[in-house]
Amino acid sequence: MTDTQWQQSESGLVVPGYRRDNAAVDPPLDWAAYRSTEFRHPTHSLVEFPHTLTEVTGPVLGEGRLKELDYDLTRQHAGEPIGQRINLHGRVLDGDGRPIPDTLVEIWQANAAGRYAHRVDNWPAPLDPNFTGVGRCVTDSEGRWRFVTIMPGAYPWGNHHNAWRPRHIHFSLFGRAFAQRLVTQMYFPGDPLFSEDPIFNSVRDERARDRMISAFDWDTTEDSWALGFRWDIVLRGREETLFEEPHE
Amino acid sequence: MANLGVTPSQTVGPFFSIGLTWPDGADIVPENESDRITIHGSVIDGAGAPIPDAVVEFWQADAQGRYPHPDDPRGGETTFRGFGRCGTDDVGQYAIHTVKPGPVPGLNGAMQAPHIAVSVFARGLLARLCTRLYFPEEEAANAADPVLSSLPEGAASDTLIAAKSEDGYRFDIHLQGEHETVFFAV
Repeated sequence: MTDTQWQQSESGLVVPGYRRDNAAVDPPLDWAAYRSTEFRHPTHSLVEFPHTLTEVTGPVLGEGRLKELDYDLTRQHAGEPIGQRINLHGRVLDGDGRPIPDTLVEIWQANAAGRYAHRVDNWPAPLDPNFTGVGRCVTDSEGRWRFVTIMPGAYPWGNHHNAWRPRHIHFSLFGRAFAQRLVTQMYFPGDPLFSEDPIFNSVRDERARDRMISAFDWDTTEDSWALGFRWDIVLRGREETLFEEPHE
Repeated sequence: MANLGVTPSQTVGPFFSIGLTWPDGADIVPENESDRITIHGSVIDGAGAPIPDAVVEFWQADAQGRYPHPDDPRGGETTFRGFGRCGTDDVGQYAIHTVKPGPVPGLNGAMQAPHIAVSVFARGLLARLCTRLYFPEEEAANAADPVLSSLPEGAASDTLIAAKSEDGYRFDIHLQGEHETVFFAV
């Protein structure tokens, strides 16, 4: 593949698109077990078309958007938040295993009691004046990202009787193309709430569900300080370019 | 080369606004930019109710049709951000300030009509919805646009055309129902 991944042939602009393998793992939009989907899922089929320059490009964000402590959710206030301190890290890769460098990663989460610092979240769990629950960072040249935060709590959400969301952290990824944009949730290993959670189980393939679960990580667990968890995020890979020379 | 399984999508949930809000998120161009326009609209569910917890994102070329991205060899000449986002308010409305994009090269020598790639996320949406916004005064370019002209028979292509408004355009997004917007599997 060329450096620019862009070629002008006699017939005009040719751009390798992105593979559509997300379609096999993404949740259905109409998923009755998650009641809010009822009036929010389109009823017509999604229309497919070949990717154009619009879909293979995407916002290159990060530079100038980050403050020094955006990656450390435990140091954004005068005091420390209550909760189990954790080091979270991983890589952003494409489907071919290539690291995606210099791409913005945004996260948000509930506090240790399972409550979001959001005006609409008003279930009777305490707010933490030292925790907003918002982080941002940009991947390095190897696609690595890192946050310091606290273990979020589980929380009730009213979808059905005794509905509790497993502990999770929301992740927003851009990759390097509009086609790679992804918003997802990272879970923690061994959560007893998985089996009853319609959002987690909206991903019907078990192996794909497992890819949303972080792994406990001794390497970044710090003595007398914090537990470590690791999670790699895989965005869609690129179709092969039509111009690749045949292998001899 | 390794073929890794992709990470699946999950909903943004109801509280994304704490994480996805930037002070200048809705300003693709600053206030003093000449030719600045506002594109606003509502996000509406299948019961006709406005959705107060959706976020709308725009990705677009600059006025000359260039993307600020290394895969667009003309993009090095632009400092345009090209990206904006706005959460909907209590009555389901969003507004993004930008400039009208120029036409963009398409496939096989075709040109694409000026358009904006739109993403919608919301509580109750387990994955992103993608649509495109086109401009009402571009009748000839729209008629020749490869995406618009490849829509299946009966698709509501009018849902992809914004309406002129006083300070720009109005673009409502209906997730479901009689006026359901055409969405794309990008």
